Amino acid sequence: MKFLVCISNVPDTTTKIAFTPDNKEFNKAGVQFVINPWDEYALTRAIELKEAAGSGTVTVLNVGQADTEPNIRKALAIGADDAIRVDAVPQDAYFVAEQIAAIAKEGAYDVILMGKESIDYNGFQVHGMVGEMLGIPTVAPAMKLDMSGNTATLEREIEGGKEIVSVNTPFVASCQQPMCEPRIPNMRGIMTARTKPLKVVPAVGEPARTTVAEYALPPKKQGVKLIDAENAGELIKLLRNEAKVI
Amino acid sequence: MSVLVVVECADGEVKKSSLEVASYGADVAAMLGTTATAIAVGEANEANLAKLGEQGITKVLYDAEPRLKDFVNNAYTKLIATAAEQESAKIIVLANSNIGAAVGSRLSVRLKTSLATNVVELPKISGDQFTVKRGAFSGKAFSDVVLSGDRKIIAVKKNSTEAKHEAGKTAEVASFSAQLGDADFADAPKQVVMQDQAGGILLPEADRVVSGGRGMKGPENWGLIEDLAKALGAATACSKPVSDVDWRPHHEHVGQTGITVSPNLYIACGISGAIQHLAGVNSSKVIVVINKDPEAPFFKAADYGIVGDVFDVLPKLTAAVKALN
Ligand SMILES: Cc1cc2nc3c(=O)[nH]c(=O)nc-3n(C[C@H](O)[C@H](O)[C@H](O)COP(=O)(O)OP(=O)(O)OC[C@H]3O[C@@H](n4cnc5c(N)ncnc54)[C@H](O)[C@@H]3O)c2cc1C
Ligand SMILES: Cc1cc2nc3c(=O)[nH]c(=O)nc-3n(C[C@H](O)[C@H](O)[C@H](O)COP(=O)(O)OP(=O)(O)OC[C@H]3O[C@@H](n4cnc5c(N)ncnc54)[C@H](O)[C@@H]3O)c2cc1C
Repeated sequence: MKFLVCISNVPDTTTKIAFTPDNKEFNKAGVQFVINPWDEYALTRAIELKEAAGSGTVTVLNVGQADTEPNIRKALAIGADDAIRVDAVPQDAYFVAEQIAAIAKEGAYDVILMGKESIDYNGFQVHGMVGEMLGIPTVAPAMKLDMSGNTATLEREIEGGKEIVSVNTPFVASCQQPMCEPRIPNMRGIMTARTKPLKVVPAVGEPARTTVAEYALPPKKQGVKLIDAENAGELIKLLRNEAKVI
Repeated sequence: MSVLVVVECADGEVKKSSLEVASYGADVAAMLGTTATAIAVGEANEANLAKLGEQGITKVLYDAEPRLKDFVNNAYTKLIATAAEQESAKIIVLANSNIGAAVGSRLSVRLKTSLATNVVELPKISGDQFTVKRGAFSGKAFSDVVLSGDRKIIAVKKNSTEAKHEAGKTAEVASFSAQLGDADFADAPKQVVMQDQAGGILLPEADRVVSGGRGMKGPENWGLIEDLAKALGAATACSKPVSDVDWRPHHEHVGQTGITVSPNLYIACGISGAIQHLAGVNSSKVIVVINKDPEAPFFKAADYGIVGDVFDVLPKLTAAVKALN
């Protein structure tokens, strides 16, 4: 079984978001980048399924510039076998999906795993686009993934419940908790990751379909109005008469 | 040229988020000088579909194929694509839900459209330039995105726009068939399992949310959260460590790595207000924080606060709500 795990390089979850003075770009200064937290579920689950089957390969794929390589190496240290970086600015989700679809097709991958969504652009869309480009099913977001031969059984989260879905390879799934316990690299992994293959390839396909004109931060709160704990019921009156939300 | 709105139905009712989407679609249609047609998915009821007129929809297409009751990615995509072609839709509007995102992303490739998800406001249209505002950085920022091409798909974030209600207006319900066959249902779910919803309120759609953190001390104390939620007609939620240790189910975990919610009222009980938690809730209209530590970071993001013990304060709040009703 050939697994392709797509990882996005995102600001650490503790990052205070700031933009360049013209508000046209995210300000990377001093920001620590990590593997998108959802993608860690995809990566760990692929490694677990490969181990359980006793054969197979796990390839990680990122569409990004050279500054994403530390996190690609981290994915190799966690247990992926090799990596591909499509050397390009990830212009938009459609552009990224085109790159992933092209690599998936060329490498004849059986299982294409992604995270539920990127925590920076929150698109929640690349997996559906890739599935459609390849004409194969996408199961998103998946909370559980088991494989038996070429058939996968997944639990897909829906609002208010879940669906049990069964698909044959090849397919795309986007992963979220509680699929597995994401692994962290150990010393041996970090050592071997240095020599694992990382192939850099140029981008293909059509240009992006969307462009960001400007970023903005949410408006600041006015400040908190404190109510005495002794008089807690007063809060309810304020919520009705002042805030008008109940 | 028209605007096509995808409305999700369950148990015969149009979902609240789809009423918002219908209203949004009708407003976009008005901006473009055209009308909005809806296509219904899920288990619909014709009388409720006709009521979409109140949101400004003129016509509703409904395919009575029984296998469309549950979400089937391929079948839904083909159904909506067929409706979009029939209506010459230039704009398709859907909810930024698990269904909307799954279908919208496939449709954008199939129909060669641009796509914006997580959209929070009506578009700005000036000449050929079509710009939408969307949430980014998991609730920490917004971005204005320009959509190219002459066909566009917009997925609207729940609770970010209000559904209008113009009483008495009705939409024409037209039967419609996308000629779906067995092959289109090949990826149908084997089984659908719905959770028991406390009071029947779904967290992602909720207007009000009462949420508990580690300060609640243990799952046995969740009755206090549930009582207040019930009195308020609110959904319940929790912080990540609470669901990590299984005090509460995973689907209640809000935050940067859980779900983002934007209710009118979010009440945080015994939650410290870590940056990852705030990211998931800070687009709530009014935030109330109850925490015994006056230095808890959450107070900085709050509109109202009570410095106090949740075990003392929560019963008082519940009693006050009951007294009000
Ligand atoms: C410098 C820069 C400029 C950008 N400018 C724009 C812009 O103008 N307009 C715009 O729309 N977006 C822009 N982006 C966002 C970028 O294109 C996003 O990576 C892309 O939109 C996909 O993110 P998403 O949130 O849509 O993905 P989602 O659909 O939320 O991601 C789902 C999954 O897809 C996979 N995935 C996502 N991105 C990648 C990737 N790069 N490599 C491998 N796998 C991936 C991951 O598994 C992820 O969990 C820019 C990004 C950068 C770094
Ligand atoms: C990669 C990553 C992603 C994360 N994603 C998320 C996420 O999506 N969502 C999320 O919530 N967290 C997330 N976290 C965790 C986050 O950093 C915090 O650890 C978490 O939010 C803290 O949860 P808490 O507020 O319930 O607990 P604590 O931080 O332990 O806070 C408990 C609070 O309760 C108060 N308290 C205690 N007893 C009482 C009492 N009797 N009455 C009143 N108040 C009381 C305390 O003063 C304290 O402020 C993430 C962390 C990482 C590293």
